[in-house]
Amino acid sequence: MTVALPETRPPRRTFWRANQRRLAPWLFLAPGAAMFLLYVIIPIFQSLSLSFYDWDGMGAKSWVGTANYVELWTDEAFWTSLKNNVLWLVLYMLAVPLGLFIAIFLNQTVRGIRLYKSLFFFPFVISQVVVGLMFSWFYAPNFGLFYKLIEMVTGSGVAVLADERYVTYGIIAAGLWPQIAYVMILYLTGLNNVAPDQVEAARLDGAKGWRMLWYVILPQLRPATFIAVVVTVIGALRSFDLVSIMTSGGPYGSSRVLSYYMYEQALSEYGYRMGYGAAIAVILFAIMMIFISGFIWKMWRDETER
Amino acid sequence: MVPMKTGAPMLLAALLLSGAAVAQQRTLTYNADFDPDPLAGMQALIADFEAANPDVKVKLNNFDHEGYKTAIRNFLTADSPDLANWYAGNRMAPFVTSGQFTDVSDVWTENDLGDKLASSKASMTIDGKQWGVPYTYYQWGIYYNKDAYKAAGVEVPKTWDEFVAACPKFKAKGIDCVTTGTKALWPAAGIFDYLDLRTNGYDFHMDLANGKVPWTDPKVRAVFAEWAKIQPFTTPNNAALEWQDAAALFTQGKAANYVMGNFAVAVFKEGGMTNDTLGYMQFPEITPGIPRAEEAPTDTIHIPSGAKNVADAKKFLAFVASAPAQTKLNAKIGQLPTNKDSTVPQDDPFLVAGFETVSTASALAQFFDRDAPAEMAKVGMEGFQEFLAKPDRLDAILDRLEKARQRIY
Repeated sequence: MTVALPETRPPRRTFWRANQRRLAPWLFLAPGAAMFLLYVIIPIFQSLSLSFYDWDGMGAKSWVGTANYVELWTDEAFWTSLKNNVLWLVLYMLAVPLGLFIAIFLNQTVRGIRLYKSLFFFPFVISQVVVGLMFSWFYAPNFGLFYKLIEMVTGSGVAVLADERYVTYGIIAAGLWPQIAYVMILYLTGLNNVAPDQVEAARLDGAKGWRMLWYVILPQLRPATFIAVVVTVIGALRSFDLVSIMTSGGPYGSSRVLSYYMYEQALSEYGYRMGYGAAIAVILFAIMMIFISGFIWKMWRDETER
Repeated sequence: MVPMKTGAPMLLAALLLSGAAVAQQRTLTYNADFDPDPLAGMQALIADFEAANPDVKVKLNNFDHEGYKTAIRNFLTADSPDLANWYAGNRMAPFVTSGQFTDVSDVWTENDLGDKLASSKASMTIDGKQWGVPYTYYQWGIYYNKDAYKAAGVEVPKTWDEFVAACPKFKAKGIDCVTTGTKALWPAAGIFDYLDLRTNGYDFHMDLANGKVPWTDPKVRAVFAEWAKIQPFTTPNNAALEWQDAAALFTQGKAANYVMGNFAVAVFKEGGMTNDTLGYMQFPEITPGIPRAEEAPTDTIHIPSGAKNVADAKKFLAFVASAPAQTKLNAKIGQLPTNKDSTVPQDDPFLVAGFETVSTASALAQFFDRDAPAEMAKVGMEGFQEFLAKPDRLDAILDRLEKARQRIY
């Protein structure tokens, strides 16, 4: 009996020892993975299943199959939101070249350059809500700076946020302001890592200006560009706060984006359609998945090539 | 966000307090959405209630007004208070049909509220039962700037035709005949409601709000035909204005008339208007002979079905419904008491006029976003906003509203 004990213990130890290297990463990942599962993965499937129900958020759910999606197909407001989302995606991309331009402009050694850099970075630090408020005052009819400027130049002011033709562009412009600052910072750090010897060599070979930028600097900035594109795409797709602050989706729903429309249908003052909101969320998720899988695929390729 | 910040310390304080006083006292938690003035009024009412019921302590959790509208769904299902503020009419229907509010018909019968609160009984009733108690309402109407009328040399109109005829005279002086700020959508609905109540009457208006009449009906078109007469004289770009922004134009004399609720008087007066420069008139008659109905949105208190202390909550409702409590509360918040035995302070001309307007009305509507179900309200008010900006799109707007009506009801 007493001899048996030492015989039973060792195999348990050896199992841990034998697999320690394989198990350890999973143990370290476990807390994060559990959170991710609880707050991201499970809600995705919950939303997916909710989108097949008609539910007011409080009472009983009733199964409606794909009716929510069928309704989306004929819902003008949905198509407006989708169109605006595409506008956001396309125009938000301007942040990448503009951010690069400012970064290159600021990447010099002048007295007090750190101060200028932080001033340019400032809009990214302040809250989106504040950005939204500032721009709505900027655009405000009768007293806004922009309105007054247009009035001075053309004789009659344009109330950007009350005009369905301009409203989305007005909000995107507000969104670009902090986004450009963000991209700029990414590029500034990237520019720090540009190899000086390559620049030197290129200069000896007679490269300057655009050719220098295009063939020598930009290739070295590829990691920064990748991150800049990723954050800009994600920023464009989840553009909610500015729409909510500046127009509440108005005038008459013409500045809605999918994320805001989802909120409006499911959670807002007049929205009691959880199922319909979930269906919108699923569509938004599907659009995001296109980009996310593209990014993941690229990262995977880069990792394995190494 | 605001309620979170204020709520957490309050909750903590409530926990500490209840721990100390748990032996002697019962507590009533009350979630509400008061602006500063009404908050002070309700706090005074609560103090009176606690004086009358020394063994009950009321814990008031006040939320930001707009945030409350979405927060209520969370706390009703997750952590229910004993009392909660909400609104009358169809606005409470989602909570009633999903069983989140308690039937309080017994409070009504025991305290004879059917008689005392007769004017609000219909709007508190769903399926023949009462689901809460009203504590205040306020009149709507046309508020006008007497200085603007003087500047344009216009007499205060008695009829709708005179009102419409005055508009070009204001325009000639660079004054907007009618102002509104429709960024939050609902101010436009106030104009629509009155035009419909005056053109087609109360019964048609309620049928429309309840989805029994198509939006493409010629009678609905008649309403928009009247609206089209004043649309060109309405403040442009109102979709980018909050109602307070339009109030600024109004107090500065850049606009002459404002279709608004009485709560706006406080804002007008803050902007420098006095009883000498601010006027109130009932919305003028359009179709002759139609009984005059008014808008009087009612604010209410309900007992959530998850309430822990129902007995004391009902006591509180009975107290809030009583005439003396309503007189005192409404004098403080500058609105009208719903109890017919209450009185209004005679030194406030707007309250006196409002009391007169509302108590002599043939019927009371709540407001478009309380009479119509939430979804229809949203689509409808967007339509009104669009009409104010692009009146030539009327056909497309009405078709869209009709499509929504067929889906929603």
